[in-house]
Amino acid sequence: MQKLKYESPAIQKMNAGLMNKYGSRTEYEPVKQIDGVAVKDLIAQYGSPLFVISERTIRRTYQNAVRAFKTRYPKVQFAWSYKTNYINAVCKVFHQEGSWAEVVSGFEYRKALGNGVPGNKIIFNGPEKTNEELKLAINNDSLIHIDHFEELYQLIDLSDELGKKPRVAIRVNMDTGIYPMWDRFGFNYENGQAWSAIQKIVASGKLQLTGLHCHIGTFMLSTDAYAIAVKKLGDLAMNAKTQLNTQIQYLDLGGGLPSANTLRGAYLPGSDTIPSVDEFAEAITNALLQLGFSSNELPLLILESGRALIDDAGYLLGSVLANKRLSDGRRATIMDFGVNILFTSFWYEHKISPAQDFTHHTEDMVLYGPLCMNIDVVRQSVNLPLLNRGDQVVVHKVGAYNMTQWMQFIQMRPNVVMIDEKGNTHLIREAETLEYIEQMEKMPDHLQHFSL
Amino acid sequence: MHLKKNIATSESGFIFNPGTGDSYSANPIAAEIIGMLKEGTPVSSIKVHIMATYEVSASQLEKDWDDFSNQLKYANLLDN
Amino acid sequence: MLANNQLLTVAVTGLNAIDSPGPGVAVIRALREGFPDKVRIIGLSYETMEPGIYLHNIVDKTYQIPYPSAGTEALLKRLEYIQEKENLQLIIPNFDAELYNFMKMAPALRSMGIASFLPTQEQFSARDKINLYQFGLKYGLSVPKDQVIYHESELYASAENLGYPLVVKGKFYDAIIAHTLEQAQKAFYKLSAKWGFPIIVQQFISGTEINIAVLGDGKGNTISSIPMRKLYITDKGKAWAGITIEDETLIDLAKKFVAATHWKGGCELEIMRTADGTPYIMEINPRFPAWIYLTAAAGQNQPAALARMALGETIEPFTEYEVGKIFIRYAWDHITDVKEFQQISGFGEL
Repeated sequence: MQKLKYESPAIQKMNAGLMNKYGSRTEYEPVKQIDGVAVKDLIAQYGSPLFVISERTIRRTYQNAVRAFKTRYPKVQFAWSYKTNYINAVCKVFHQEGSWAEVVSGFEYRKALGNGVPGNKIIFNGPEKTNEELKLAINNDSLIHIDHFEELYQLIDLSDELGKKPRVAIRVNMDTGIYPMWDRFGFNYENGQAWSAIQKIVASGKLQLTGLHCHIGTFMLSTDAYAIAVKKLGDLAMNAKTQLNTQIQYLDLGGGLPSANTLRGAYLPGSDTIPSVDEFAEAITNALLQLGFSSNELPLLILESGRALIDDAGYLLGSVLANKRLSDGRRATIMDFGVNILFTSFWYEHKISPAQDFTHHTEDMVLYGPLCMNIDVVRQSVNLPLLNRGDQVVVHKVGAYNMTQWMQFIQMRPNVVMIDEKGNTHLIREAETLEYIEQMEKMPDHLQHFSL
Repeated sequence: MHLKKNIATSESGFIFNPGTGDSYSANPIAAEIIGMLKEGTPVSSIKVHIMATYEVSASQLEKDWDDFSNQLKYANLLDN
Repeated sequence: MLANNQLLTVAVTGLNAIDSPGPGVAVIRALREGFPDKVRIIGLSYETMEPGIYLHNIVDKTYQIPYPSAGTEALLKRLEYIQEKENLQLIIPNFDAELYNFMKMAPALRSMGIASFLPTQEQFSARDKINLYQFGLKYGLSVPKDQVIYHESELYASAENLGYPLVVKGKFYDAIIAHTLEQAQKAFYKLSAKWGFPIIVQQFISGTEINIAVLGDGKGNTISSIPMRKLYITDKGKAWAGITIEDETLIDLAKKFVAATHWKGGCELEIMRTADGTPYIMEINPRFPAWIYLTAAAGQNQPAALARMALGETIEPFTEYEVGKIFIRYAWDHITDVKEFQQISGFGEL
């Protein structure tokens, strides 16, 4: 006789007035495969935990965003935000789709060059740019976005030295009705700093003012704020044209579009509350078309979306290490992944699905990571079926920031695989080894030996 | 391990502790175990029965059994 | 439209007829009176101790539904299951927190054959506490001046502008009256810790508290408006007893509000009438109030009229209501058995 599937015996108090099982964020279906590849097989081959990236989802998400903007505005260019996920294979999917590169450090800049992005299609942002890095960017005719006056003068000096006229934009910060206002980057619009920077650039005669850039915040839930940003950048562009006889070629609206993740502490799930990419496109392009530029003078619209284009395509597979009861009777489940590799669990209530069949009996539990650190909490409270040691789970929407902000802390970082559009799996970043981690270390002679 | 005598159970896995007024719901396997405990089946026989019926290793069952008896204790359902 | 003698099946939320009651039980009472012997009521509950679940002469059958925070996908799944069994024609949601989801799902519900009669997303957010002052300015309605602030340092300027006493309000709930900057700062910290940012600082208006239950047809017509003066309030500020009153300025205010917004569905205007007779709109609740049965008792059965409009009937605006009708809420200990509690808790149906 076939034995029945086992589940740990459990009882649950029926609380008067507290959560009912229809009321918690129970995930309905087990997720047994990703793009047709079985979770079980992926873990068997590549180990657990494991990041999985769906190439098909990246391309679909990207094409959908491009469609949303291009059907509404004639001149649109996306630039892949390297910091969101700079694994080269991921970047190259975006570049194959037509995306430029947007980088915020010399390290990322060289990564983009290495990926074969032509220098004049790299946008160089960020507050730190060394002389060497700027020279490289100037010689490559890259688009340099100036963050502060020091950088502006630095560029004027370098243009003298190199005898070249670099293409530059300024980053502008502004009040778009959003709190908190990001006023630490770039030049302020309201107090006239931005205009003064524009005047200085034009007056210097040493730099070509090609664009204006802003990035109003992150995980934006309001489309109106973007319309305000367009209007303010548009004002500056119009003034540059009429007063300084300088034609601004592009407006770069930065990124900040949200993914469908649920922010910690949010009442309603992200999937219900975030505006769609079409709604953002509608607000942004409408505002652009109302700026008053003639159709042949319309500026190119550049978007640096990261999160909204990659989050959905990333999954983290993991396994249960152990279960325990906390002192208050609550169930705790310890996973083999934690905040070390799932950095975004500090911000999100990640959706987590079991990867195998389960019964309807669920329990509210804490999900901990494997680190011997109190901060290592993946979900403070999540309603899940009872998981046994070795059971596997799928964490959804982890494509953004995790594979760049992850920490090599206590544990090493795991394999990352990409499933291509035909369902083939490719290892795109190998799990770290002790040798890899230690290869940068140097040992002074006097510490070579000891005896215990 | 003995259930308190006055504990009321139902086939659907509901448990009512008349001493405290608390109600509990049990998953199917827990309901089965509680049913057997109520009939006075010795723990060792229950374990043999579970091992024979479900796909579970002895060590897993042993560990879960400890957790389960703690839950029953915590819920005040056992005779001390 | 509802054929004669056809049974109408309506799902209603807000069965928590407790000390700070949800409107569900009152809505059901009005529906039963509006469609005598022709209505089957399906209760939708979030918690297991909502009294309506156990009142079988009021609610025919109850199903638990997911909390609003679970999102529309989970809610829609649950409603599909309920629809298969009950063949609902109409849903009347009664909680502020669930309205967002029901408004979003309205087209999906319609395709399942379930009607609803709800405000639009725009109407819903325009009346939000955070936007109320702008809303008043836009439509020429008297609302207390307010400022939406994020920093404690902004309090000083707000106070200069609004004067003391001022009302410090949390993003979702709670309001504290402050007479000094120090009190305002304390309130700011307390409310921001509890409800997050922003904090709303509002001009203090003193006067008589009046509520108006309003029903709009979505085309700018006010189908019904009943003003009620609170006679007795609980320590939570809820009306425990109230009386219908006659006042053209209040009816006009309701009409002006509905005409300006094209409000669709029920709502409650919370009014403060100052000594000089100006009615200030203090808050707009986007659903029927818990005292809604008083509208039926006074001759304008708002829930029944809403049900008819939702099912496609055109309803002429009511013109008359009885002044001097009083409601007095009372408490009653209903008796049930642990089996019923286990049934709803364990299976989510009763």
